[in-house]
Amino acid sequence: MLKIENLKVNYGGIEAVKGISFDIKQGEIVTLIGANGAGKSTTLRTISSLVKPASGSINFLGNDITGIPAHQIVKAGITLCPEGRHIFPDMTVLENIKIGAYLRNDNLDKDIEKVYDLFPILKERNWQLAGTLSGGEQQMLAVARGLMSNPKLMMLDEPSLGLAPLVVKDIFNVITEINKTGVTILLVEQNANMALKIADRAYVLETGRITMQGTGKELIENEKIIEAYLGKQAK
Amino acid sequence: MDTILQHGLTGISLGGAYALIAIGYTLVYGILRLINFAHGDIFMMAGYFMIFAFANFPWYIAIILVLIATVILGVAIEKAAYSPLRNAPRMSVMISAIGVSYLLQNLATYLFTALPMSYPEIPGLKKILIIGNLTASLVTFITPIVTIVLSAGLIILINNTKIGMSMRAVSRDYEAAQLMGIKLNTTISFTFAVGSLLAAIGSILYFTDRMMVFPFSGSLPGLKCFVAAVLGGIGSIPGAVIGGFILGIGETILIACGQSTFSDAFTFVLLIIILLFRPTGIFGEKVIDKV
Ligand SMILES: Nc1ncnc2c1ncn2[C@@H]1O[C@H](COP(=O)(O)OP(=O)(O)OP(=O)(O)O)[C@@H](O)[C@H]1O
Ligand SMILES: [Mg+2]
Repeated sequence: MLKIENLKVNYGGIEAVKGISFDIKQGEIVTLIGANGAGKSTTLRTISSLVKPASGSINFLGNDITGIPAHQIVKAGITLCPEGRHIFPDMTVLENIKIGAYLRNDNLDKDIEKVYDLFPILKERNWQLAGTLSGGEQQMLAVARGLMSNPKLMMLDEPSLGLAPLVVKDIFNVITEINKTGVTILLVEQNANMALKIADRAYVLETGRITMQGTGKELIENEKIIEAYLGKQAK
Repeated sequence: MDTILQHGLTGISLGGAYALIAIGYTLVYGILRLINFAHGDIFMMAGYFMIFAFANFPWYIAIILVLIATVILGVAIEKAAYSPLRNAPRMSVMISAIGVSYLLQNLATYLFTALPMSYPEIPGLKKILIIGNLTASLVTFITPIVTIVLSAGLIILINNTKIGMSMRAVSRDYEAAQLMGIKLNTTISFTFAVGSLLAAIGSILYFTDRMMVFPFSGSLPGLKCFVAAVLGGIGSIPGAVIGGFILGIGETILIACGQSTFSDAFTFVLLIIILLFRPTGIFGEKVIDKV
């Protein structure tokens, strides 16, 4: 479905992503794990065309989408829930949800109902300004907003960041649920343990290079991974 | 009492024209965090556009041509001078804006000479009306009404339409807006178009009263309207409107009290006071970030 080949991304003179290749198949949950500064966010931002790659190619559903404008990426069916959520704080919850469907011209009522079923708490907060939501609620809103574009591929950048363990569990449950409705997932996480548990496959990114890959199950049992990313929480 | 009302009316009318221009500053600041120093000069160019349009076309077509030409000028300036600097430091864009301002003033001097040219009289606008004890030309009466209607319309547009939603999104968060599928450049161009359109309407109301246009006609009103936008809280449309009215009324009162030499300085005294005591202005952006 998504095929990345030899992708390189620079910021000024600094190489943040140094030629990575990976692919995602329809219906999978794929996770990208790695330490701070490994280039995970950069990879997602490049797929979304917020950043232009120095070289390499991105292919989605058979089309070369490298470097096309960001709004066309959304139109093609890729959505990104960015790191730090980036909801619109001075819009209401409902407006945030509606703006997720910015490129659609059809009736939204059904889909709004659907995301409210997925996140009942948001329905209660319908008219509240999004900036006044709790961190967990903001993350749910970011996911709900992303869903409104009817994505084929949903990318999530550290959805568990700064959230209490119980809320993290909720978010991961929702991600698997979304996946079951047919949306392919690319998940970037610091919380490697949780991510590997729900992932079909995983890639490990280290300072701009992919150093390991395998199924979620393989990696969660891998000695090196346990040592570097899972620590004690593995057991 | 009657003279107070009379001066009040003049002040409100001047304030209305200021408000229309101040909205342009506030809109552009809201979306680009840029003080568009060229805005006053766009307003001045609109004055010249009218002189030439009026000489060649019936007044109603001339008005439409002026509006269109001013919008094109505003959008073209954005495309040529600001959009290539989208990722540059904000100071560079600011300097580019100052450059455009000088360019327009010099262009006008070159094309039309520095001598004031007389502004045409649009039929009916200068007609004297007497309402109760108030005597004023039609333009004085309609300016505040036009201002209120247009700014209310703009607020409705921003809050209730798709393009308005994209303006709010872009002014808040470039990247998140793009992730929604919003086209950055289209939204920014639209913002400049709206700001220029209001400046063009403001110029018709303002110059009809002043009857003269010269290459620096935009400098002082431009500065005053910028102050009006800061006073109201830059980024806020109701703020710009109220700021415009405060400046217009304050200035007129000073002139009425025989302090006309001091009336321009009033603006800047106000600016200093507001920056010292309430830098965010009357309706300054409330910050509710929680990221
Ligand atoms: N806008 C930028 N300008 C310059 N350098 C940047 C920029 N964004 C990221 N970088 C650099 O690129 C490298 C990769 O950053 P990136 O944000 O992709 O890492 P990450 O894997 O997402 O890290 P984290 O887990 O902390 O979010 C880092 O060294 C970072 O300093
Ligand atoms: Mg990151």
